[in-house]
Amino acid sequence: MHCINHLKTSTASLVLLLLLFMLSTATAQKVDQATREENNKCLSCHSKRVLTFTSDSLGKTYKQKMYTDCIIDTTLYYTSNHFNFKCIDCHSSDYEIFPHNAQLRFEELPGCLDCHGDDPTYADYHFEKIQEEFDQSVHSSKHSGQFTCWSCHNSHYYKINARDRNQNLKQTIAYDNAICLSCHSNYDNYRLYVDRLNPNVTKTHDWLPNQANHFQSVRCIECHAKVSDSLLVSHQILPKSQAVKKCAECHSANSRLKASLYKLKLSKPGMFSDRNIGDAVLIGSPRSTTVDLLGNLLIILTAAGLIFHMTMRIITRKKTVKHD
Amino acid sequence: MTEKVYHYAIWIRLWHITNALLFLTLIVTGFSMQYTSPENPLIPFEVSTTLHKIAGIVVTFNYLFFLIGNYVSNNGRHYKIEFKGVITPILKQVRYYAMGIFKGEPHPFPVNRERKFNPLQKATYIFAMYFGFPVLSVSGLLLAFPSIFDILGISSLIVADVIHVLIGIVMTMFMLIHVYFCTIGHTPVSNFKSMVTGFHDVEE
Repeated sequence: MHCINHLKTSTASLVLLLLLFMLSTATAQKVDQATREENNKCLSCHSKRVLTFTSDSLGKTYKQKMYTDCIIDTTLYYTSNHFNFKCIDCHSSDYEIFPHNAQLRFEELPGCLDCHGDDPTYADYHFEKIQEEFDQSVHSSKHSGQFTCWSCHNSHYYKINARDRNQNLKQTIAYDNAICLSCHSNYDNYRLYVDRLNPNVTKTHDWLPNQANHFQSVRCIECHAKVSDSLLVSHQILPKSQAVKKCAECHSANSRLKASLYKLKLSKPGMFSDRNIGDAVLIGSPRSTTVDLLGNLLIILTAAGLIFHMTMRIITRKKTVKHD
Repeated sequence: MTEKVYHYAIWIRLWHITNALLFLTLIVTGFSMQYTSPENPLIPFEVSTTLHKIAGIVVTFNYLFFLIGNYVSNNGRHYKIEFKGVITPILKQVRYYAMGIFKGEPHPFPVNRERKFNPLQKATYIFAMYFGFPVLSVSGLLLAFPSIFDILGISSLIVADVIHVLIGIVMTMFMLIHVYFCTIGHTPVSNFKSMVTGFHDVEE
Protein backbone atom coordinates (compact mmCIF):
# COMPACT_ATOMS: atom_id res chain seq x y z
CA MET A 1 0.00 0.00 0.00
CA HIS A 2 2.82 2.35 0.92
CA CYS A 3 4.49 1.58 -2.42
CA ILE A 4 1.26 2.35 -4.29
CA ASN A 5 0.90 5.65 -2.50
CA HIS A 6 4.53 6.44 -3.15
CA LEU A 7 4.01 5.68 -6.84
CA LYS A 8 0.90 7.86 -6.95
CA THR A 9 2.75 10.64 -5.19
CA SER A 10 5.57 10.38 -7.71
CA THR A 11 3.12 10.40 -10.62
CA ALA A 12 1.27 13.39 -9.22
CA SER A 13 4.57 15.19 -8.60
CA LEU A 14 5.61 14.45 -12.16
CA VAL A 15 2.35 15.83 -13.55
CA LEU A 16 2.69 18.89 -11.34
CA LEU A 17 6.30 19.40 -12.41
CA LEU A 18 5.31 19.08 -16.06
CA LEU A 19 2.58 21.65 -15.59
CA LEU A 20 4.90 23.95 -13.73
CA PHE A 21 7.41 23.58 -16.55
CA MET A 22 4.70 24.43 -19.08
CA LEU A 23 3.84 27.47 -17.03
CA SER A 24 7.46 28.46 -16.66
CA THR A 25 7.83 28.62 -20.42
CA ALA A 26 5.13 31.28 -20.53
CA THR A 27 6.14 34.78 -21.48
CA ALA A 28 7.59 36.62 -18.51
CA GLN A 29 5.52 39.53 -17.31
CA LYS A 30 6.89 42.97 -16.50
CA VAL A 31 7.57 43.09 -12.80
CA ASP A 32 8.13 46.41 -11.00
CA GLN A 33 11.76 46.86 -10.07
CA ALA A 34 10.71 47.96 -6.58
CA THR A 35 8.67 44.77 -6.12
CA ARG A 36 11.57 42.64 -7.29
CA GLU A 37 13.98 44.35 -4.93
CA GLU A 38 11.57 44.07 -2.03
CA ASN A 39 10.91 40.40 -2.75
CA ASN A 40 14.58 39.61 -3.11
CA LYS A 41 14.90 40.11 0.63
CA CYS A 42 12.78 36.99 1.09
CA LEU A 43 13.70 35.12 -2.07
CA SER A 44 17.42 35.32 -1.41
CA CYS A 45 16.70 32.45 0.98
CA HIS A 46 13.28 31.17 -0.12
CA SER A 47 14.26 30.49 -3.70
CA LYS A 48 17.08 28.20 -2.63
CA ARG A 49 17.17 24.62 -1.56
CA VAL A 50 19.95 25.23 0.90
CA LEU A 51 19.84 28.13 3.31
CA THR A 52 23.06 29.72 4.55
CA PHE A 53 22.93 31.89 7.65
CA THR A 54 25.35 33.21 10.24
CA SER A 55 24.83 33.35 13.97
CA ASP A 56 26.06 36.73 15.18
CA SER A 57 26.44 35.52 18.75
CA LEU A 58 28.38 32.38 17.85
CA GLY A 59 30.04 33.85 14.80
CA LYS A 60 29.41 30.67 12.90
CA THR A 61 27.91 30.08 9.49
CA TYR A 62 25.34 27.33 9.13
CA LYS A 63 23.90 25.54 6.15
CA GLN A 64 20.45 24.05 6.33
CA LYS A 65 18.05 22.49 3.90
CA MET A 66 15.00 24.62 3.18
CA TYR A 67 11.59 22.94 3.68
CA THR A 68 10.26 22.05 0.23
CA ASP A 69 6.98 23.89 0.81
CA CYS A 70 8.90 27.06 1.66
CA ILE A 71 10.88 27.15 -1.58
CA ILE A 72 9.52 29.56 -4.18
CA ASP A 73 10.25 29.05 -7.86
CA THR A 74 10.82 32.65 -8.90
CA THR A 75 10.25 31.97 -12.60
CA LEU A 76 6.83 30.50 -11.89
CA TYR A 77 6.03 33.19 -9.38
CA TYR A 78 6.85 36.04 -11.75
CA THR A 79 4.76 34.44 -14.54
CA SER A 80 1.77 33.84 -12.28
CA ASN A 81 -1.30 36.08 -12.08
CA HIS A 82 -0.11 37.61 -8.83
CA PHE A 83 3.37 38.28 -10.23
CA ASN A 84 3.46 41.90 -9.16
CA PHE A 85 2.73 41.24 -5.52
CA LYS A 86 5.27 41.87 -2.83
CA CYS A 87 5.66 38.96 -0.41
CA ILE A 88 4.54 41.23 2.39
CA ASP A 89 1.33 42.12 0.57
CA CYS A 90 0.05 38.79 1.84
CA HIS A 91 2.56 37.79 4.50
CA SER A 92 3.34 39.68 7.69
CA SER A 93 6.11 42.27 7.46
CA ASP A 94 7.46 40.69 10.64
CA TYR A 95 8.97 38.06 8.35
CA GLU A 96 11.61 40.64 7.51
CA ILE A 97 13.21 39.76 10.83
CA PHE A 98 15.36 36.62 10.84
CA PRO A 99 15.15 34.17 12.56
CA HIS A 100 11.42 34.41 12.02
CA ASN A 101 9.15 34.57 15.01
CA ALA A 102 7.60 31.12 15.56
CA GLN A 103 4.18 32.73 16.16
CA LEU A 104 4.16 33.87 12.53
CA ARG A 105 3.19 30.40 11.41
CA PHE A 106 -0.26 31.11 12.84
CA GLU A 107 -0.76 34.15 10.62
CA GLU A 108 -4.12 34.36 8.82
CA LEU A 109 -3.50 34.55 5.11
CA PRO A 110 -5.91 36.55 2.96
CA GLY A 111 -8.40 34.63 0.81
CA CYS A 112 -9.64 35.61 -2.66
CA LEU A 113 -12.50 37.73 -1.35
CA ASP A 114 -10.19 39.76 0.89
CA CYS A 115 -8.77 41.38 -2.23
CA HIS A 116 -11.33 40.66 -4.96
CA GLY A 117 -14.61 40.98 -3.03
CA ASP A 118 -16.93 43.72 -4.31
CA ASP A 119 -14.33 44.73 -6.86
CA PRO A 120 -16.02 45.80 -10.13
CA THR A 121 -12.77 45.10 -12.03
CA TYR A 122 -13.27 41.38 -11.34
CA ALA A 123 -17.07 41.32 -11.61
CA ASP A 124 -16.87 38.75 -14.43
CA TYR A 125 -15.17 36.31 -12.11
CA HIS A 126 -18.07 36.34 -9.60
CA PHE A 127 -15.81 35.86 -6.59
CA GLU A 128 -18.76 36.19 -4.21
CA LYS A 129 -20.61 33.41 -6.04
CA ILE A 130 -17.44 31.28 -5.96
CA GLN A 131 -17.29 31.73 -2.19
CA GLU A 132 -21.01 30.88 -1.93
CA GLU A 133 -20.54 27.67 -3.93
CA PHE A 134 -17.40 26.77 -2.03
CA ASP A 135 -19.27 27.19 1.28
CA GLN A 136 -21.77 24.61 0.04
CA SER A 137 -19.11 22.24 -1.23
CA VAL A 138 -18.06 19.04 0.47
CA HIS A 139 -14.56 20.47 0.95
CA SER A 140 -15.95 23.28 3.04
CA SER A 141 -18.57 21.33 4.99
CA LYS A 142 -16.19 18.51 5.86
CA HIS A 143 -12.97 20.43 6.40
CA SER A 144 -14.22 23.91 7.24
CA GLY A 145 -11.57 26.30 8.43
CA GLN A 146 -8.64 24.24 7.26
CA PHE A 147 -9.74 24.22 3.66
CA THR A 148 -9.22 27.57 1.93
CA CYS A 149 -8.91 28.91 -1.62
CA TRP A 150 -5.21 28.16 -1.40
CA SER A 151 -5.80 24.50 -0.70
CA CYS A 152 -6.55 24.08 -4.41
CA HIS A 153 -5.15 27.22 -6.01
CA ASN A 154 -1.44 27.54 -5.45
CA SER A 155 -1.03 30.98 -3.96
CA HIS A 156 2.37 31.61 -5.52
CA TYR A 157 1.92 30.10 -8.97
CA TYR A 158 -1.82 30.53 -9.64
CA LYS A 159 -2.61 31.31 -13.27
CA ILE A 160 -5.86 31.87 -15.12
CA ASN A 161 -6.66 28.49 -16.61
CA ALA A 162 -10.18 27.96 -18.00
CA ARG A 163 -10.39 31.54 -19.26
CA ASP A 164 -7.06 31.27 -21.08
CA ARG A 165 -8.15 30.02 -24.48
CA ASN A 166 -4.66 30.42 -25.90
CA GLN A 167 -3.93 27.03 -24.42
CA ASN A 168 -5.56 23.91 -25.78
CA LEU A 169 -8.25 22.01 -23.96
CA LYS A 170 -5.96 19.17 -22.89
CA GLN A 171 -3.75 21.67 -21.06
CA THR A 172 -6.76 23.19 -19.31
CA ILE A 173 -7.97 19.75 -18.28
CA ALA A 174 -4.53 18.57 -17.13
CA TYR A 175 -4.02 21.74 -15.08
CA ASP A 176 -7.43 21.42 -13.44
CA ASN A 177 -7.14 17.71 -12.71
CA ALA A 178 -3.65 18.18 -11.27
CA ILE A 179 -5.26 20.45 -8.66
CA CYS A 180 -7.56 17.63 -7.49
CA LEU A 181 -4.84 15.00 -7.73
CA SER A 182 -2.43 17.12 -5.70
CA CYS A 183 -4.42 15.84 -2.69
CA HIS A 184 -6.42 12.89 -4.00
CA SER A 185 -3.35 11.22 -5.37
CA ASN A 186 -0.90 12.51 -2.79
CA TYR A 187 -0.85 10.87 0.61
CA ASP A 188 0.89 13.73 2.45
CA ASN A 189 -1.37 16.47 1.14
CA TYR A 190 -4.49 14.36 1.67
CA ARG A 191 -3.51 13.81 5.30
CA LEU A 192 -3.60 17.57 5.85
CA TYR A 193 -7.39 17.30 5.75
CA VAL A 194 -8.31 13.67 6.39
CA ASP A 195 -6.90 11.20 8.91
CA ARG A 196 -6.94 8.18 6.66
CA LEU A 197 -5.32 6.82 3.54
CA ASN A 198 -6.45 8.42 0.31
CA PRO A 199 -8.43 6.07 -1.93
CA ASN A 200 -6.69 4.94 -5.10
CA VAL A 201 -8.27 7.13 -7.77
CA THR A 202 -7.61 4.59 -10.53
CA LYS A 203 -9.31 1.83 -8.54
CA THR A 204 -12.32 3.91 -7.48
CA HIS A 205 -12.85 4.73 -11.16
CA ASP A 206 -12.48 1.13 -12.32
CA TRP A 207 -16.02 1.16 -13.68
CA LEU A 208 -15.25 3.99 -16.10
CA PRO A 209 -14.67 2.65 -19.64
CA ASN A 210 -11.58 4.03 -21.41
CA GLN A 211 -10.49 5.44 -18.07
CA ALA A 212 -7.26 7.04 -19.30
CA ASN A 213 -9.09 8.72 -22.14
CA HIS A 214 -11.74 10.09 -19.79
CA PHE A 215 -9.07 11.40 -17.40
CA GLN A 216 -7.41 13.25 -20.27
CA SER A 217 -10.61 14.51 -21.88
CA VAL A 218 -12.69 15.80 -18.98
CA ARG A 219 -12.01 17.44 -15.67
CA CYS A 220 -12.76 15.73 -12.35
CA ILE A 221 -15.30 18.49 -11.62
CA GLU A 222 -17.41 17.46 -14.63
CA CYS A 223 -18.79 14.59 -12.55
CA HIS A 224 -17.87 15.73 -9.04
CA ALA A 225 -19.23 19.28 -9.01
CA LYS A 226 -22.71 20.73 -9.32
CA VAL A 227 -23.23 22.41 -12.68
CA SER A 228 -23.22 26.15 -12.17
CA ASP A 229 -25.24 28.58 -14.25
CA SER A 230 -23.32 31.73 -13.44
CA LEU A 231 -19.76 30.48 -12.94
CA LEU A 232 -17.36 29.47 -15.67
CA VAL A 233 -15.92 26.84 -13.34
CA SER A 234 -18.18 25.30 -10.74
CA HIS A 235 -16.83 25.39 -7.19
CA GLN A 236 -19.50 23.33 -5.46
CA ILE A 237 -17.77 19.99 -5.13
CA LEU A 238 -20.34 17.29 -4.36
CA PRO A 239 -20.09 14.41 -1.91
CA LYS A 240 -18.97 11.12 -3.47
CA SER A 241 -22.51 9.73 -3.31
CA GLN A 242 -23.78 12.51 -5.60
CA ALA A 243 -21.10 12.12 -8.27
CA VAL A 244 -22.34 11.50 -11.82
CA LYS A 245 -22.28 7.83 -12.73
CA LYS A 246 -24.79 7.72 -15.57
CA CYS A 247 -22.91 7.81 -18.88
CA ALA A 248 -25.85 9.44 -20.68
CA GLU A 249 -25.65 12.53 -18.48
CA CYS A 250 -22.62 13.53 -20.55
CA HIS A 251 -23.11 11.26 -23.57
CA SER A 252 -26.36 12.74 -24.83
CA ALA A 253 -27.47 15.65 -26.98
CA ASN A 254 -28.32 17.54 -23.81
CA SER A 255 -24.94 16.74 -22.27
CA ARG A 256 -24.14 18.31 -18.91
CA LEU A 257 -20.71 19.10 -20.38
CA LYS A 258 -22.38 21.90 -22.34
CA ALA A 259 -22.96 23.69 -19.07
CA SER A 260 -19.48 22.96 -17.76
CA LEU A 261 -16.46 22.10 -19.93
CA TYR A 262 -17.95 23.16 -23.25
CA LYS A 263 -19.02 26.45 -21.76
CA LEU A 264 -15.48 27.48 -22.61
CA LYS A 265 -16.57 27.79 -26.28
CA LEU A 266 -13.72 25.76 -27.65
CA SER A 267 -14.43 26.08 -31.35
CA LYS A 268 -16.01 28.44 -33.78
CA PRO A 269 -19.32 27.27 -35.18
CA GLY A 270 -19.16 25.77 -38.66
CA MET A 271 -20.99 23.28 -40.84
CA PHE A 272 -19.14 20.32 -39.38
CA SER A 273 -19.14 21.59 -35.80
CA ASP A 274 -21.76 23.91 -34.38
CA ARG A 275 -21.37 22.65 -30.82
CA ASN A 276 -18.49 24.32 -29.04
CA ILE A 277 -16.71 21.12 -28.13
CA GLY A 278 -13.32 21.81 -29.69
CA ASP A 279 -11.56 18.67 -30.88
CA ALA A 280 -13.38 16.49 -28.39
CA VAL A 281 -15.37 13.49 -29.54
CA LEU A 282 -18.45 12.97 -27.43
CA ILE A 283 -20.41 9.92 -28.50
CA GLY A 284 -24.09 10.64 -28.00
CA SER A 285 -23.74 14.35 -28.58
CA PRO A 286 -23.36 14.92 -32.32
CA ARG A 287 -21.04 17.82 -33.06
CA SER A 288 -22.91 19.14 -36.06
CA THR A 289 -26.66 19.72 -36.34
CA THR A 290 -26.30 20.11 -40.13
CA VAL A 291 -24.50 16.79 -40.65
CA ASP A 292 -26.90 15.14 -38.23
CA LEU A 293 -29.96 16.46 -40.08
CA LEU A 294 -28.51 15.61 -43.49
CA GLY A 295 -27.74 12.07 -42.39
CA ASN A 296 -31.22 11.50 -41.03
CA LEU A 297 -32.77 13.11 -44.08
CA LEU A 298 -30.82 10.76 -46.37
CA ILE A 299 -32.05 7.72 -44.49
CA ILE A 300 -35.65 8.98 -44.44
CA LEU A 301 -35.50 9.83 -48.17
CA THR A 302 -34.08 6.37 -48.92
CA ALA A 303 -36.86 4.69 -46.94
CA ALA A 304 -39.48 6.94 -48.57
CA GLY A 305 -38.06 6.22 -52.04
CA LEU A 306 -38.20 2.48 -51.42
CA ILE A 307 -41.78 2.65 -50.14
CA PHE A 308 -42.73 4.66 -53.25
CA HIS A 309 -41.00 2.12 -55.51
CA MET A 310 -42.73 -0.77 -53.76
CA THR A 311 -46.13 0.94 -54.07
CA MET A 312 -45.54 1.58 -57.77
CA ARG A 313 -44.56 -2.07 -58.24
CA ILE A 314 -47.78 -3.24 -56.57
CA ILE A 315 -49.96 -0.82 -58.58
CA THR A 316 -48.34 -1.56 -61.95
CA ARG A 317 -48.40 -5.32 -61.25
CA LYS A 318 -52.14 -5.19 -60.55
CA LYS A 319 -52.68 -3.24 -63.75
CA THR A 320 -50.60 -5.73 -65.74
CA VAL A 321 -52.48 -8.70 -64.24
CA LYS A 322 -55.83 -7.01 -64.96
CA HIS A 323 -54.72 -6.21 -68.52
CA ASP A 324 -53.64 -9.81 -69.07
CA MET B 1 -38.82 -23.34 -67.12
CA THR B 2 -36.56 -22.63 -64.15
CA GLU B 3 -33.42 -24.37 -63.00
CA LYS B 4 -31.91 -24.30 -59.54
CA VAL B 5 -28.30 -23.07 -59.54
CA TYR B 6 -26.16 -23.47 -56.42
CA HIS B 7 -24.87 -19.89 -56.05
CA TYR B 8 -24.40 -19.53 -52.29
CA ALA B 9 -21.98 -21.98 -50.67
CA ILE B 10 -22.45 -22.74 -46.99
CA TRP B 11 -19.59 -20.45 -45.92
CA ILE B 12 -21.16 -17.54 -47.83
CA ARG B 13 -24.54 -18.14 -46.20
CA LEU B 14 -22.98 -18.38 -42.74
CA TRP B 15 -20.96 -15.22 -43.32
CA HIS B 16 -24.01 -13.45 -44.73
CA ILE B 17 -26.43 -14.27 -41.89
CA THR B 18 -23.79 -13.41 -39.25
CA ASN B 19 -23.03 -10.19 -41.08
CA ALA B 20 -26.72 -9.29 -41.35
CA LEU B 21 -27.45 -9.88 -37.65
CA LEU B 22 -24.32 -8.04 -36.52
CA PHE B 23 -25.00 -5.17 -38.87
CA LEU B 24 -28.55 -4.82 -37.59
CA THR B 25 -27.19 -4.79 -34.03
CA LEU B 26 -24.67 -2.13 -35.02
CA ILE B 27 -27.31 0.05 -36.68
CA VAL B 28 -29.72 -0.16 -33.74
CA THR B 29 -27.05 0.34 -31.05
CA GLY B 30 -25.35 3.03 -33.17
CA PHE B 31 -28.56 5.04 -33.44
CA SER B 32 -29.31 4.48 -29.78
CA MET B 33 -25.86 5.80 -28.85
CA GLN B 34 -26.20 8.78 -31.16
CA TYR B 35 -29.60 9.77 -29.80
CA THR B 36 -29.44 8.60 -26.24
CA SER B 37 -31.10 10.50 -23.43
CA PRO B 38 -30.60 9.97 -19.71
CA GLU B 39 -34.37 9.83 -19.15
CA ASN B 40 -35.61 7.78 -22.12
CA PRO B 41 -32.86 5.77 -23.72
CA LEU B 42 -33.84 3.41 -26.53
CA ILE B 43 -31.18 1.12 -25.07
CA PRO B 44 -29.23 2.18 -21.92
CA PHE B 45 -25.98 3.85 -23.05
CA GLU B 46 -23.76 1.41 -21.17
CA VAL B 47 -25.51 -1.53 -22.89
CA SER B 48 -25.51 0.01 -26.37
CA THR B 49 -21.79 0.94 -26.23
CA THR B 50 -20.79 -2.53 -25.02
CA LEU B 51 -22.96 -4.27 -27.62
CA HIS B 52 -21.74 -1.93 -30.37
CA LYS B 53 -18.13 -2.58 -29.44
CA ILE B 54 -18.52 -6.38 -29.31
CA ALA B 55 -20.57 -6.49 -32.54
CA GLY B 56 -18.01 -4.20 -34.21
CA ILE B 57 -15.10 -6.46 -33.31
CA VAL B 58 -16.93 -9.65 -34.34
CA VAL B 59 -18.12 -8.11 -37.62
CA THR B 60 -14.51 -7.15 -38.42
CA PHE B 61 -13.38 -10.75 -37.95
CA ASN B 62 -16.37 -11.85 -40.00
CA TYR B 63 -15.25 -9.46 -42.73
CA LEU B 64 -11.77 -11.00 -42.68
CA PHE B 65 -13.46 -14.41 -43.02
CA PHE B 66 -15.29 -13.07 -46.11
CA LEU B 67 -12.04 -11.77 -47.64
CA ILE B 68 -10.25 -15.07 -47.04
CA GLY B 69 -13.26 -17.00 -48.38
CA ASN B 70 -13.29 -14.90 -51.53
CA TYR B 71 -9.55 -15.43 -51.95
CA VAL B 72 -9.53 -19.20 -51.56
CA SER B 73 -12.79 -19.89 -53.41
CA ASN B 74 -13.96 -18.64 -56.80
CA ASN B 75 -16.56 -16.34 -55.20
CA GLY B 76 -14.10 -13.46 -55.51
CA ARG B 77 -14.73 -13.28 -59.26
CA HIS B 78 -18.15 -11.73 -58.57
CA TYR B 79 -16.41 -8.84 -56.79
CA LYS B 80 -13.75 -8.23 -59.42
CA ILE B 81 -13.25 -4.49 -59.84
CA GLU B 82 -13.58 -3.39 -63.47
CA PHE B 83 -13.72 0.15 -64.76
CA LYS B 84 -13.95 -0.39 -68.50
CA GLY B 85 -17.43 -0.51 -70.03
CA VAL B 86 -19.30 -0.60 -66.73
CA ILE B 87 -21.24 2.65 -67.01
CA THR B 88 -23.62 1.61 -69.83
CA PRO B 89 -24.74 -1.67 -68.19
CA ILE B 90 -25.19 0.14 -64.85
CA LEU B 91 -27.34 2.82 -66.51
CA LYS B 92 -29.33 0.11 -68.27
CA GLN B 93 -29.98 -1.53 -64.90
CA VAL B 94 -30.91 1.83 -63.32
CA ARG B 95 -33.34 2.47 -66.16
CA TYR B 96 -34.91 -0.93 -65.57
CA TYR B 97 -35.42 -0.25 -61.84
CA ALA B 98 -36.71 3.27 -62.55
CA MET B 99 -39.09 2.44 -65.42
CA GLY B 100 -38.83 -0.99 -67.03
CA ILE B 101 -39.86 -2.88 -63.91
CA PHE B 102 -43.19 -1.01 -63.84
CA LYS B 103 -43.87 -1.87 -67.49
CA GLY B 104 -43.24 -5.56 -66.96
CA GLU B 105 -40.06 -5.52 -69.09
CA PRO B 106 -37.71 -8.49 -68.75
CA HIS B 107 -34.73 -8.15 -66.40
CA PRO B 108 -31.78 -6.85 -68.51
CA PHE B 109 -29.19 -8.91 -66.64
CA PRO B 110 -30.91 -11.97 -65.16
CA VAL B 111 -29.05 -14.28 -62.81
CA ASN B 112 -27.54 -17.27 -64.59
CA ARG B 113 -24.87 -19.86 -63.95
CA GLU B 114 -22.05 -17.34 -64.47
CA ARG B 115 -23.70 -14.13 -63.33
CA LYS B 116 -24.71 -13.81 -59.70
CA PHE B 117 -25.07 -10.01 -59.56
CA ASN B 118 -26.43 -7.50 -62.04
CA PRO B 119 -24.03 -4.60 -62.91
CA LEU B 120 -25.60 -2.18 -60.41
CA GLN B 121 -25.56 -4.80 -57.65
CA LYS B 122 -21.95 -5.61 -58.41
CA ALA B 123 -20.90 -1.94 -58.24
CA THR B 124 -22.70 -1.30 -54.96
CA TYR B 125 -21.47 -4.55 -53.39
CA ILE B 126 -17.89 -3.74 -54.37
CA PHE B 127 -18.31 -0.26 -52.88
CA ALA B 128 -19.87 -1.64 -49.70
CA MET B 129 -17.45 -4.51 -49.18
CA TYR B 130 -14.16 -3.02 -50.39
CA PHE B 131 -14.65 0.59 -49.30
CA GLY B 132 -17.54 1.14 -46.89
CA PHE B 133 -16.92 -1.85 -44.69
CA PRO B 134 -13.16 -1.50 -44.12
CA VAL B 135 -13.44 2.25 -43.55
CA LEU B 136 -16.27 1.72 -41.06
CA SER B 137 -14.33 -1.04 -39.35
CA VAL B 138 -11.06 0.86 -39.02
CA SER B 139 -12.70 4.11 -37.89
CA GLY B 140 -14.83 2.14 -35.41
CA LEU B 141 -11.83 0.35 -33.95
CA LEU B 142 -10.03 3.68 -33.56
CA LEU B 143 -13.01 5.08 -31.69
CA ALA B 144 -13.36 1.97 -29.53
CA PHE B 145 -9.65 1.92 -28.68
CA PRO B 146 -8.60 5.59 -28.74
CA SER B 147 -5.19 4.78 -27.29
CA ILE B 148 -4.28 3.56 -30.80
CA PHE B 149 -4.23 7.27 -31.67
CA ASP B 150 -1.48 7.89 -29.14
CA ILE B 151 0.61 5.17 -30.77
CA LEU B 152 -0.03 6.67 -34.20
CA GLY B 153 0.74 10.12 -32.84
CA ILE B 154 -2.58 11.60 -33.95
CA SER B 155 -4.10 13.84 -31.34
CA SER B 156 -7.64 14.02 -32.60
CA LEU B 157 -10.45 11.52 -32.94
CA ILE B 158 -12.60 13.92 -34.96
CA VAL B 159 -11.62 12.46 -38.34
CA ALA B 160 -12.50 8.93 -37.23
CA ASP B 161 -15.71 10.18 -35.63
CA VAL B 162 -16.97 12.10 -38.66
CA ILE B 163 -16.00 9.33 -41.11
CA HIS B 164 -17.58 6.63 -38.93
CA VAL B 165 -20.88 8.50 -38.67
CA LEU B 166 -21.01 9.43 -42.39
CA ILE B 167 -20.10 5.98 -43.69
CA GLY B 168 -22.42 4.48 -41.07
CA ILE B 169 -25.29 6.46 -42.59
CA VAL B 170 -24.31 5.40 -46.13
CA MET B 171 -24.09 1.74 -45.09
CA THR B 172 -27.46 1.97 -43.33
CA MET B 173 -28.91 3.27 -46.61
CA PHE B 174 -27.19 0.39 -48.41
CA MET B 175 -28.73 -2.08 -45.96
CA LEU B 176 -32.26 -0.68 -46.53
CA ILE B 177 -31.84 -0.73 -50.31
CA HIS B 178 -30.25 -4.19 -50.24
CA VAL B 179 -33.11 -5.72 -48.24
CA TYR B 180 -35.76 -4.05 -50.42
CA PHE B 181 -34.16 -5.05 -53.72
CA CYS B 182 -34.02 -8.63 -52.52
CA THR B 183 -37.82 -8.61 -52.78
CA ILE B 184 -37.41 -8.20 -56.56
CA GLY B 185 -37.05 -11.85 -57.42
CA HIS B 186 -39.29 -14.50 -58.96
CA THR B 187 -41.42 -13.98 -55.87
CA PRO B 188 -40.89 -11.36 -53.12
CA VAL B 189 -39.31 -14.04 -50.89
CA SER B 190 -37.41 -16.19 -53.38
CA ASN B 191 -34.10 -14.31 -52.93
CA PHE B 192 -34.35 -14.64 -49.16
CA LYS B 193 -34.99 -18.37 -49.56
CA SER B 194 -31.88 -18.58 -51.78
CA MET B 195 -29.74 -17.22 -48.95
CA VAL B 196 -31.04 -20.04 -46.75
CA THR B 197 -30.93 -22.95 -49.20
CA GLY B 198 -28.03 -21.76 -51.36
CA PHE B 199 -29.99 -22.34 -54.58
CA HIS B 200 -31.13 -19.59 -56.93
CA ASP B 201 -33.99 -20.04 -59.40
CA VAL B 202 -32.56 -19.36 -62.86
CA GLU B 203 -34.62 -19.11 -66.11
CA GLU B 204 -33.40 -21.65 -68.61
